[in-house]
Amino acid sequence: MRHVAIVGAGLAGFSVARRLRELDYTGAITLFGDEGALPYDRPPLSKGSLKASVDASGATLRPSEFFEENQIALRPSEPVLGIDTTARTLQLRGEAFAFDALVLATGATPRALPNAIIRGLHGVHGLRTLADAQRISQAFGTAQHALIVGGGYIGLEVAAAAAGRGLRVTLIEAGPRILGRVAGPPTADAIRAAHKRKGVDIREGVGLSAFVGTDQVKGAILSDGAHVAADCVIVGIGIDPNVTLAKSAGLATENGILVDPTCQTSQPGIWAAGDCAAFPMADQITRLESVGNAIEMGEVVAANIMGQSRPYAPTAWFWSDQFDLKLQMVGLSPGYDRIVTRPGVNPDAISHWYYAGERLLSVDIINEPKTYIIAKRLIETGKSPPPAQIADQSVNLKVLLKS
Amino acid sequence: MSSNWVLACAANDVDEEDVLGVELNGQKLAVYNTPKGFFATDGICTHEVAQLEDGLVIGTVIECPLHQGRFDVTNGKALSAPVCVDLKTYPTKVEDGDVYIDVPA
Ligand SMILES: Cc1cc2nc3c(=O)[nH]c(=O)nc-3n(C[C@H](O)[C@H](O)[C@H](O)COP(=O)(O)OP(=O)(O)OC[C@H]3O[C@@H](n4cnc5c(N)ncnc54)[C@H](O)[C@@H]3O)c2cc1C
Ligand code: FES
Repeated sequence: MRHVAIVGAGLAGFSVARRLRELDYTGAITLFGDEGALPYDRPPLSKGSLKASVDASGATLRPSEFFEENQIALRPSEPVLGIDTTARTLQLRGEAFAFDALVLATGATPRALPNAIIRGLHGVHGLRTLADAQRISQAFGTAQHALIVGGGYIGLEVAAAAAGRGLRVTLIEAGPRILGRVAGPPTADAIRAAHKRKGVDIREGVGLSAFVGTDQVKGAILSDGAHVAADCVIVGIGIDPNVTLAKSAGLATENGILVDPTCQTSQPGIWAAGDCAAFPMADQITRLESVGNAIEMGEVVAANIMGQSRPYAPTAWFWSDQFDLKLQMVGLSPGYDRIVTRPGVNPDAISHWYYAGERLLSVDIINEPKTYIIAKRLIETGKSPPPAQIADQSVNLKVLLKS
Repeated sequence: MSSNWVLACAANDVDEEDVLGVELNGQKLAVYNTPKGFFATDGICTHEVAQLEDGLVIGTVIECPLHQGRFDVTNGKALSAPVCVDLKTYPTKVEDGDVYIDVPA
């Protein structure tokens, strides 16, 4: 292998490059990005970066010296326009670029509201990039009333940040409840309660019908007929994987760039990792949108470029910070038939354990990292402690790990 | 440089392959009991603000309880993403069943 090209200088692309060097790959690595910046971390964008005191310069993953020292040729302002799978070249603006192995780590794009609703109004934002976060943080400086469309993690974190900046905040969720896709009912209840205490007006089962305003957004009319004032709108209604490049090169896609268990696409020698990649997990095509997935899948791709044939079998994990709640989740809960509650040591801490029969599927933990790290290990190693022991606060979880 | 050994805890305050948080001279430190002996590092992760005493020790590696960054406690090296800044380590010694840490005064 002489030349690995990586499209997308986000966390997944970065992880491939870093791990290749850790595995003593000696050929060339070129990392193509289109955001004009060193690879950076996205989670702070909806958390710390929106605080008034923070100049949202972003948390870069590594300083530029790291790329020089490790001979990773970073081209941060070089959008890749096409792939010729026969000639094995990338089409750039001014040249064709030859590769031996190619990794697609193109990430995802926030879903936008229909144009008929936005009508070109100012003050309506999506959040994915550092530039988005800077725009939103600036808008929070002058806005009075934020409307958040979407009750997933990003929407809720932005709502918490806006409330922290002193704005009046309304959050609408079209589904029956917040976090419908990603957390169990008791966790959603705890989060809803925290937002209520801080004055965030959460309305579930309510969609958006239209915006009010001619040039700048002034408010919104909701699906239940209610009117809300809003001079700043943040839309967090999910993301779509960036598959255009893969699709136009003839690679198989299906809600993401399809890969086999080793993260190889339908074309040998072309791999995919991170938010853009759809992989088989327990007989289902799955796409995860998380830091853990971007790092770990990137690392598996690097190993497999080096000929290791490692299957990617992740344990899903995620976290979210809202107000003083630190939420951590591990595993995937669909299919559960029972929820076991474990009180935390401190009154503001609690965890919910999702079981299918006697099998532990996933755990949501609030304000107790110590419990999270043990729950993660239990799930990773396929251990299912008896629910009665989990519910018993006097049982030391570390002991369950060793049994 | 002169050393400044400070009593941190009793050796059997820390279970085998486990970690204990201590505060010495107003500084939060973590003391590890590993198969290779006792080690001490800063108590807070270098990524965000997480108490390493809540993490998990496997051999001589501590896994951060927030985002699973891993450090080698014998030398503080950051081993896996998302952590990239090494952890500060401190010399330790065990005398008469007590663990001492050499912390700058
Ligand atoms: C605001 C926010 C908060 C988040 N919070 C959390 C959290 O708390 N916990 C968690 O686990 N996850 C969180 N996530 C999700 C996590 O950040 C993503 O899952 C992760 O960044 C995915 O990494 P990636 O490398 O796959 O994609 P990305 O980070 O999107 O990187 C892909 C890059 O490729 C570039 N690109 C695309 N096409 C091309 C092309 N043709 N040529 C060149 N470059 C191209 C894109 O511009 C982008 O820079 C959050 C995400 C956001 C947006
Ligand atoms: S705070 Fe330790 S890994 Fe993030």
